[in-house]
Amino acid sequence: MKLRDLAHARAGDKGDTSNIAVFAYEAGDFAFLTEHLTADAVKRFFQDVVTGEVTRYELPGLAALNFVMSGALGGGVTRSLALDPHGKSLSTALLDIDLPDPQPPPSQR
Amino acid sequence: MEVSHAGRIRIGAGAGFSGDRIEPAVELAERGALDYLVFECLAERTIALAQLERLRDPDAGYDPRLEDRFRAVLPACRAGGVKIITNMGAAHPAGAARALVALARDLGFAGLKVAAVEGDDVLAQVLERDLAFVDRPGRISDLDGRIVSANAYLGAGPIVEALAVGADVVITGRVGDPALFLAPMIHRFGWAMDDWTRLGRGTVIGHLLECAGQVSGGYFADPGWKDVADLARLGFPFADVEASGDAVIGKVEGSGGRIDVRTCKEQLLYEVHDPAAYLQPDVTADFTGVCLAPAGPDQIAVSGGAGRPRPTALKATIGYRDGFIGEGQISYAGPGALARARLALEVVAARLKLTGVVTSELRLDIIGVDAVRRGAAQIEAPEPAEARIRVAGRCETLKDAVRIGQEVESLWLNGPAGGGGATRTAREVIAAASVLIDRSLVRPCVSCQVVGS
Repeated sequence: MKLRDLAHARAGDKGDTSNIAVFAYEAGDFAFLTEHLTADAVKRFFQDVVTGEVTRYELPGLAALNFVMSGALGGGVTRSLALDPHGKSLSTALLDIDLPDPQPPPSQR
Repeated sequence: MEVSHAGRIRIGAGAGFSGDRIEPAVELAERGALDYLVFECLAERTIALAQLERLRDPDAGYDPRLEDRFRAVLPACRAGGVKIITNMGAAHPAGAARALVALARDLGFAGLKVAAVEGDDVLAQVLERDLAFVDRPGRISDLDGRIVSANAYLGAGPIVEALAVGADVVITGRVGDPALFLAPMIHRFGWAMDDWTRLGRGTVIGHLLECAGQVSGGYFADPGWKDVADLARLGFPFADVEASGDAVIGKVEGSGGRIDVRTCKEQLLYEVHDPAAYLQPDVTADFTGVCLAPAGPDQIAVSGGAGRPRPTALKATIGYRDGFIGEGQISYAGPGALARARLALEVVAARLKLTGVVTSELRLDIIGVDAVRRGAAQIEAPEPAEARIRVAGRCETLKDAVRIGQEVESLWLNGPAGGGGATRTAREVIAAASVLIDRSLVRPCVSCQVVGS
């Protein structure tokens, strides 16, 4: 399963830091996302993009996870060599990350 | 037309960046029953570029579209008593105010009171002190001779001061974006400058509005997953704010776009790092308890924001000359496009070496394949029908930067088969870095002019 099946996302930029906020479409999926969409998983997914740390903030009230990725914007929006210096497209790129397929309920196993 | 109640004000967002559409603001001014219309037009480095403009022309240095925007909205704002607040002053708020006064006189709006907020320019203070950067290693002296601007993020205070003396239009340089929206709330509701809860709530509303169409369906559509109606006529948002700091976000009936819990959630966390500590000049806002609830068609009620005392220092953005970037692109299509694109990148890299072009950083991308998500992750991508290469490099000199694009362009006759659509650019880079500056060193000031007949 892809993250896109469960969530939508928006990216923002400040200096050389990109934040991607990920929102569960259904609040019931927030716990699953919190378990599997870890800061490490996001860091691995963007291993060739993000040179710094990835920090995750949890917002259960909004069923949202906010990933703050330092060193993600080629040295900063104002000096980046990247085609998308703001990293706006990183949000939808992240939706391609693989998540474990949901387990069927016990009665169907 | 709905008229706002004494205990509630309606604030519209007329622009979210300097290049934003103009007609949505006209729609808001004419049909939005607004009390205030705010234009946020000043990105991180824009003020440094504006400062360079001002050095070339002492009357310039403010937003180049200021006259276009005011010409479009002033008639409706004047007729409806809508006050306008904007950071279109950029590096020259007083010059912007003078230009606006001249425009308003030509349009026959005698009596219009225009205020300019200055004091965000802290270049002298920054150069006197060798401050350390907060967003990267190093300090001011490392940029010896290359700094072109330093602007502190002012709070809502000077805008409130201008509104209190009856300004119809307030033009600022650098202020915290949400402060443009927070100011009319403080002015109309008499919030104390240490009422952290209300300042925090007001900041939540300002943050939701500051990117204009980004809360009303812009930067959101994903066909089949998150559809948005009529993006070509996207309606810009307004907020009906109560004295408590609670608000309802809406847009003009019949306009394009979409406002729902999802669009508001996405904007709430846009450019936010720690959602419990959103640092602004006036308050440390806390977004973690924000509650978003449907309140009608394309209407979302916002409550539950909070705040804590403001940061002790102000953030200032330093603009500095950072060398040159040269770039070139060329396209390939059909079977083998990807292999030819890869060969083209190899050829350009080799040519830059052979001809002695000096780059401190070189980036080789194939657009559509690995220009966003780079590296090994993309190697198994399916063969694309088309591929466009992009070579970008950082250079000390403009001459070397120009050479990068020239080497891409020369692939036309000297590179792989079927290369077409070559383009090239070279530009000086004005980069931004941040420092923290003591509040006592920053002295905002407000001046007013009245349009004569």
